[in-house]
Amino acid sequence: ASGLAAEVPPHQTDELGGLVTPFALATSYNNFYELGWGKGDPARQAELLRRYIAAQEPWTVTFGGEVERPGTYDLAALLGWTDEQERTYRLRCVEAWSMVLPWRGLPLGELLRRVGYTSQARYVQFTSVFAPDALPGQRSSTLDWPYVEGLRLDEALHPLTLLATGLHGEALPAQNGAPLRLVVPWKYGFKSAKSVTHITLTREQPATTWSVAAPREYGFYANVNPQVDHPRWSQASERRLDGTGGLLAERRETLMFNGYADEVSGLYTGQDLRRDF
Amino acid sequence: MSAVTPPRSATGSGPLPWLKPAVWLGGLSPLAVMALDAWAGALGAHPLERLLLQTGLLALLTLILSLLCTPLRQWTGWTWPARIRRELGLLAFGYACAHLLLYLLDQGGLGGLPADIAERPFITVGLLALALLLPAALTSGKGSVRRLGFARWQRLHRLVYPAAALGALHFYWGVKGDKAEPLLYAGALAVLLGWRVWRSRFGGRRVKRDSK
Repeated sequence: ASGLAAEVPPHQTDELGGLVTPFALATSYNNFYELGWGKGDPARQAELLRRYIAAQEPWTVTFGGEVERPGTYDLAALLGWTDEQERTYRLRCVEAWSMVLPWRGLPLGELLRRVGYTSQARYVQFTSVFAPDALPGQRSSTLDWPYVEGLRLDEALHPLTLLATGLHGEALPAQNGAPLRLVVPWKYGFKSAKSVTHITLTREQPATTWSVAAPREYGFYANVNPQVDHPRWSQASERRLDGTGGLLAERRETLMFNGYADEVSGLYTGQDLRRDF
Repeated sequence: MSAVTPPRSATGSGPLPWLKPAVWLGGLSPLAVMALDAWAGALGAHPLERLLLQTGLLALLTLILSLLCTPLRQWTGWTWPARIRRELGLLAFGYACAHLLLYLLDQGGLGGLPADIAERPFITVGLLALALLLPAALTSGKGSVRRLGFARWQRLHRLVYPAAALGALHFYWGVKGDKAEPLLYAGALAVLLGWRVWRSRFGGRRVKRDSK
């Protein structure tokens, strides 16, 4: 395991000096319940999603709700709307592990400005792929499918918020949410819906899958917050999965807003983040 | 509670001399696989979590198997299940201890444990399950039945029932999303404990006939 660290060039870190998680680990330890409940299931079953994506070609995203130019757009069209950007972000899972991942993607705000939103729009709902015939996890009713997530409009427009199309310089692997997934680096990973097919602007706060399934454990905001614990474990620290450290990967303090407080704390001025967890 | 025949494991080696070594070999082989994987760096992105899950699962599995021994003997008339009950119980206790040690390793020591016990029922029931196994593990030796007397020894070992139930609850609470696997374990446990209740209430006559 110590060999991995030597292979990572020194510049492959986030701005805080955290090592980038190697591609092999970032693509073999995933939560993507449409492809199974085990951490290794998404990688094992990735071919099912790849086949589905190939059959869909082209992948489309439907913008609806409080949108000025609603419609269904090819992914290729979205790629023409704005430049793809490389962003190395920390990903903090609600399960108290974290990675540093080099994404490529489109700033969501640019896309939303392109389709335009009405003055009524206050929230954005993201809907993940729904294909129970192709995706084994969706054939059980453990969660309400399709997976839905949501952001407040100002969160969605924030320059850090990304619709990722690539990882580690490659096209986004299926197990990481191909071909297009949300990345909101100051929130727990489950907010970042994978394989997005619909983006819907709403007036009311939209339902989100985990807050419906277990409202006591998962809130709508889900900002990374070391002071608000999960009922089953503390969120004060996290284990960084970067392939170094062997059995005892480094446990480090969890940072408020996952270390992006300077950029995003202004979004929550005057808000009680214990209540709005 | 009606009388149950004393454990035959105390009566030493009968036929099937390979039985106990086979249980130890089979029961400890997952430990060897885990050790080899750890040595080879093949435990995946989150090695500690993998070991934590596997030891917890093994603890519950061997505990349920140990609770299967007596009903299996009663259903089939075979005597060999009763002879490996102690081994299965000790394996369960060992894996549960390893599970706790890995948890403490993950937490970086004992510092957070009091708060975890007080505030997180998930942790509380897990630790309580292990605590309830401790008396049985300590009195699993051949001499203990004689020292304690069979009735007292048996009462002490019935702590395994609530321990298993709490272990199953700990597993159920610990799993996010798909609860099929914890429910399977809980269901098996319910059958094994339910059988004991049913037999003690309504099976008294048959117990007497069997023991002749």
